[in-house]
Amino acid sequence: MYKKIAKHNIQGLCAPMMIDDIDTDIIIPAQHLTQTSQSGFGQHAFARLKKANTDFVLNQKRYQAAKILIAGDNFGCGSSREHAVWAIQELGFEAIIAPSFADIFSNNAKKNGLVLIELSTDTCQQMAQFAEAENLYLSIDLATANVTSKHFNHAFNINPFFQYCITHGSNEVDYLLQHMGQIKAHKTAAVNHSLFIQNGASQ
Amino acid sequence: MPDNIVEKIWQQHLIKQQNGFPDILGIDFALLHEVTSAQAFDMLDDKNLGVYDSSKFLATIDHSIPTRTNRHEIHDPTAKAQIELLRKNCAKHNIPICDLDSTRQGIVHVVGPEMGVTQPGMTLVCGDSHTATHGAFGALAFGIGTSTLAHVFATGAILMNQPKVMQVAFTGELPNGTYAKDMIMHLIAEIGIGGATQHVIEYTGAAVRALSMEQRMTLCNMSIECGAIAGLIAPDQTTFDYIKDRPYAPQGPLFAQAVEYWQSLCSEPDCSYDSTIELNIAELKPMISWGTNPQQAIQSHQKTPDEHNAAMDYVKLNTNQKLIGTPIQWAFIGSCTNGRIEDLRIVADILRDRKIATAVTMYVVPGSEQVMLQAKAEGLDQIFETAGAEFRLPGCSMCLGMNDDKVPAGARCISTTNRNFIGRQGTGSITHLASPATVAYSALAGFICTEFIQHEAS
Repeated sequence: MYKKIAKHNIQGLCAPMMIDDIDTDIIIPAQHLTQTSQSGFGQHAFARLKKANTDFVLNQKRYQAAKILIAGDNFGCGSSREHAVWAIQELGFEAIIAPSFADIFSNNAKKNGLVLIELSTDTCQQMAQFAEAENLYLSIDLATANVTSKHFNHAFNINPFFQYCITHGSNEVDYLLQHMGQIKAHKTAAVNHSLFIQNGASQ
Repeated sequence: MPDNIVEKIWQQHLIKQQNGFPDILGIDFALLHEVTSAQAFDMLDDKNLGVYDSSKFLATIDHSIPTRTNRHEIHDPTAKAQIELLRKNCAKHNIPICDLDSTRQGIVHVVGPEMGVTQPGMTLVCGDSHTATHGAFGALAFGIGTSTLAHVFATGAILMNQPKVMQVAFTGELPNGTYAKDMIMHLIAEIGIGGATQHVIEYTGAAVRALSMEQRMTLCNMSIECGAIAGLIAPDQTTFDYIKDRPYAPQGPLFAQAVEYWQSLCSEPDCSYDSTIELNIAELKPMISWGTNPQQAIQSHQKTPDEHNAAMDYVKLNTNQKLIGTPIQWAFIGSCTNGRIEDLRIVADILRDRKIATAVTMYVVPGSEQVMLQAKAEGLDQIFETAGAEFRLPGCSMCLGMNDDKVPAGARCISTTNRNFIGRQGTGSITHLASPATVAYSALAGFICTEFIQHEAS
């Protein structure tokens, strides 16, 4: 459902998952994608990693209340399933910090208000080490685009439109709907691809 | 600066550009399937919105269905409900659906081109990461999430920043016994699974021009496996010949008009790219993946890396090991990557008058009902059955482990699919990605190989 809650900052415990190329099949295996609602995916999130290793970060009690995930490079690669974002949010995560994210995952995250922050590999590794050695609580300020704690202080790049949407509780589709007139006009005036699309349904 | 093909398509679909905002990009067509659409329809209901133009959508059922003969009996109640919900949503919004036994049902990326929906220069989206398949026609086609699909339903447009463009130039002639599958797997192994993130790839070179439309689809299909937003090939006569007379293709005098426009869709000489990669394929050998992502792949004469990698524990392989000779228990032909008629013909040519190894279970799953009917008309089904393989009904099948077709835990499968992620074909399964020819040869031998080897039983 469309989320309409304005958010200005995220403060919370960090969970370290420094594995590169976490794919969407790992986040939520396809066998759980037959559900047609947006909930019920969290219980299956990372199921294969949880099962393979009892010490896996999400099996540890100390991280159960974590709100921020510190992850490896190219997080969310693979399929377009938005269920991956829903599953992670259902686990209680509001932000992920990683060196890079896959494109479709990143788009899906924006539309659901899951904050993705790109920081250097070194910084992510330091944060992960800290989160493992002792409890790391980070504070993410979305208006100034800063991540801070007692030991860390990093500015990050934030897409200005996403920043506007999340801090105002506004949704991308509203912006599109405001431009319906222009969209319709373009579809009749521009190179008309519909001209070339015959209705093949009857054939 | 003269435009490349992606810049041309972008300009033609750009509705609004404003500083600090993503571009508003017009979308010409959207394909949908049961897995990623239900929540998008909910989002419409939630905001009391309708579908802006139902003729710009086409649905099919592919991911959740069984591929056995009595496929109407769906045992998984949630899968059954999901499929019924797609039918209900399509009926409500007047969206055409290629339903089971319609002679048009199939994998979404096989059906679109088959129907003539996919055309050069268009923007096409689907809630599926392998949507780049349609780039084979010179369309800008990419996977989107469910929320974005709701945007397309409601407005026919999306918000997106203009992507960077990477040219991948294949030089040299593709050697006999290698295919588009080997070309794309070679690229992914070279640049890595994040190698083209934030880019659309344009594939160029004489070797690309020489490919059939179906081979071009295989090439573009796996663009996402190196992180690309999309992959495309400028259209040419091969493209136009394929589209002509298909159900959604322009008919009569409109076709000539369309071709004239489509011919303008090429990258201008001296255009610029954000990056260019040149790959010489003159000496390319068949590619086989060894690990748990598509980047972890080698040519048939090569060995697994010297350095230990965590993926090796999962796939039960060692460092510095040849893949040729590794015993397999399963062989799979199918998917949006390699489930088309040309793929099935390649396999049939190899299996004709031969038997697969007794230790191997082999599924041949056509990508669509049209592919199935054509295969039967050519007698390919008989060749598969006689060889000991199962020729099944169309669907995504064993590609992603979300229907009845799964590789059992611990079993090793050589597969024409696109992903070898941990558990992708079923929990605990081990996947080796390869071309249809390599899968067929391996099924005959009972172990991974890329040429005909007589197995002991025959």
